[in-house]
Amino acid sequence: MASAAAVVKQLGRLERLKQPWPDRRAERSLGAASCLIGVGVIAMIVFVAISAWPTFQHNGLAWLGGGGDLEAEINKMVAATTNPSASVYHLRAWPLIYDTLLSTAAAVVLGIVIAVLSSIFIVELAPARVSRTVIPMVRLLASVPSVIYGLIGILVLVPFVGNHLINTRERESVQGVVQLTGAGLLVTVAILTIMITPIMVALVCDALASVPPSWKEGAVALGLNPLRAVRAVTLRAIRPAIVAAAVLAAARALGEAVMIQMVSGGKFFTPNLDHGILTGLFEPLRTLASTIIDYHDAINAPALKATLYSFALLLLFAAFTLSVAGYLVKLPLRKYQTRG
Amino acid sequence: MSASSPAPPPQRTPRMWTWRDPQPGRLKGGSSGRGRRSSPLSWRIGDMLVLALAWTAGIFLCAISAAIVIYMGYRGIQYLRPGLIFSRPQLSSTGTQAGPGGFLDPLIGTIVLTVIGIAIALPLALCSAVWITEYGRPSWLARVVESSIEIVAGTPDIVIAIFGLAIFQLQLLAPFSFTAEGGGVFGRSFIAAGAMMSLLALPPLYVATRDGLQAVPGHLREAAFALGKTRITTIRRVLVPSVRSNIATGTTLGISRIIGSTAIVLILLGSTLRIETQGSFPGVSLLRGTGSSLTSYIYENSPAGEGGAPQKAYAAAFVLLIFVLALNLLVDRFGRAQTRSMGLTAAGVV
Repeated sequence: MASAAAVVKQLGRLERLKQPWPDRRAERSLGAASCLIGVGVIAMIVFVAISAWPTFQHNGLAWLGGGGDLEAEINKMVAATTNPSASVYHLRAWPLIYDTLLSTAAAVVLGIVIAVLSSIFIVELAPARVSRTVIPMVRLLASVPSVIYGLIGILVLVPFVGNHLINTRERESVQGVVQLTGAGLLVTVAILTIMITPIMVALVCDALASVPPSWKEGAVALGLNPLRAVRAVTLRAIRPAIVAAAVLAAARALGEAVMIQMVSGGKFFTPNLDHGILTGLFEPLRTLASTIIDYHDAINAPALKATLYSFALLLLFAAFTLSVAGYLVKLPLRKYQTRG
Repeated sequence: MSASSPAPPPQRTPRMWTWRDPQPGRLKGGSSGRGRRSSPLSWRIGDMLVLALAWTAGIFLCAISAAIVIYMGYRGIQYLRPGLIFSRPQLSSTGTQAGPGGFLDPLIGTIVLTVIGIAIALPLALCSAVWITEYGRPSWLARVVESSIEIVAGTPDIVIAIFGLAIFQLQLLAPFSFTAEGGGVFGRSFIAAGAMMSLLALPPLYVATRDGLQAVPGHLREAAFALGKTRITTIRRVLVPSVRSNIATGTTLGISRIIGSTAIVLILLGSTLRIETQGSFPGVSLLRGTGSSLTSYIYENSPAGEGGAPQKAYAAAFVLLIFVLALNLLVDRFGRAQTRSMGLTAAGVV
């Protein structure tokens, strides 16, 4: 009987747990759970920074500069599996940074033009029925996984460029320097543009739609044609949103790893537009993020590990800076009660 | 500017652009229809050019999107066989995937990763969204949490992946993967990858839930308080049920980010295509084990990887694209249940 009473008592305790919590306790537990996210982010920054530390310890800020032979340096790191000497850590990362910036900038510039034009199309020009079809398609473009973009790039676009766009003269002009296979800047930028344009379209569309219609109507009433009114009034009002969209898309493009690894040719090389604009476009490249993918198998070599984490730290820093910049740029939009 | 275009002021019903036009029929015909607009043919050349470019850009994006779906569909129908879905990956004698064998394991891997990722991200996102909108005290802490979610949203997934490697290679977390003879912790397992996946799913889930909660009209809360309910009871019985469709949207977006992520799988799930369990305890051995997902299977079988079977990569990519399309449709359906009109952004492109 005594045990039965104990069971009943235990059940009572369980019952009490099922009762609604007092507000204070609920607030504390929810707050604690939320703080876990903050702790996680701080842990992320700290862990990446600590793992990257040896690189900066040995190279200082000259790490960001150029002038080394990246391939030889990285190969030395891969080979040094245990107790690397200080000289193994030597690296000059500028070519990678340059390639990252080049591909990102080209994609963002191309993308913002397409995005602004197509947002005007979706919001202002297209009949409602058309824009109802266009929007899901653009959204689909944004949700296609990057590996599928990479697959199409490597199996369709790269052979196409290699077989049909590169002529023998271009191939011969850089012979001995680099081999043109089709994988390179052109395909990378083309796919990257397609990947980041939907992000910009989304942000610009939201901004366009949130501009009070009366502003444009005023312009139309003054005799401007609808397109002029959009250009003169609406676009000017959402300029901050356009910049913010470009900034956020740039953050996305910087971090793209898998697709670029698949279609960029994977060579430590900087596309050199001095070889002729067209030839330069076909030359291979390697970005910070795609290097991490390329060498993640060998990450147990200490020097290489520190180097890869330093790339990650740089990307993290860049993404952080860009999102702060995006936030600051968007501040003036608050006065139109724009979301996003 | 208007000197050369003395067109009559066009009358046009002011139209706020919404995700779903509330009155689709309103613009068709009628006295406020499009018939009276100034004809583009009377515009200046520059304006006509911009008009043409805008149409071209919009149609260009659609064409790309349609081309991707059609091309992958064509390749998928060409190469996808039921046998591929139900058989495990096999190394042929030459060390490639070109022989028999399909992608059952990657399919299971994708599902396991999704379940782990959502199981971690959902409670966290829910708690933080509720806490920030309903309590949010002290306000500096709420701001810290909110901006850290924004940082997570902006972090490239390759960085999240490599961070996960640093975390799970700690001696402390050795039980979550396996330990090599030398005492080095491998740091790659379904748990490791799934935990990092949750970071991918967290921002869309949080944003969807928070937006939903913010859109709940204040009188709902006041009515609950007037009935003598505490805050937490109001949250549990009134607020969370009323944002169920937002949570569903967020979850769907989170899932589609998880199944599309390649970098995290490549780095944190090891490089075996077959699922290899660690230890003997059923279930746990799978979670501690390594394997692959559809994305890493596609990667390995493309010319960039070592599998060397592009036709299988196409088949797997087709399956993956079908998942993505289905999730997109789901988002659409959940979106319809929401009262608030949704722009592209709210629909989770960003």
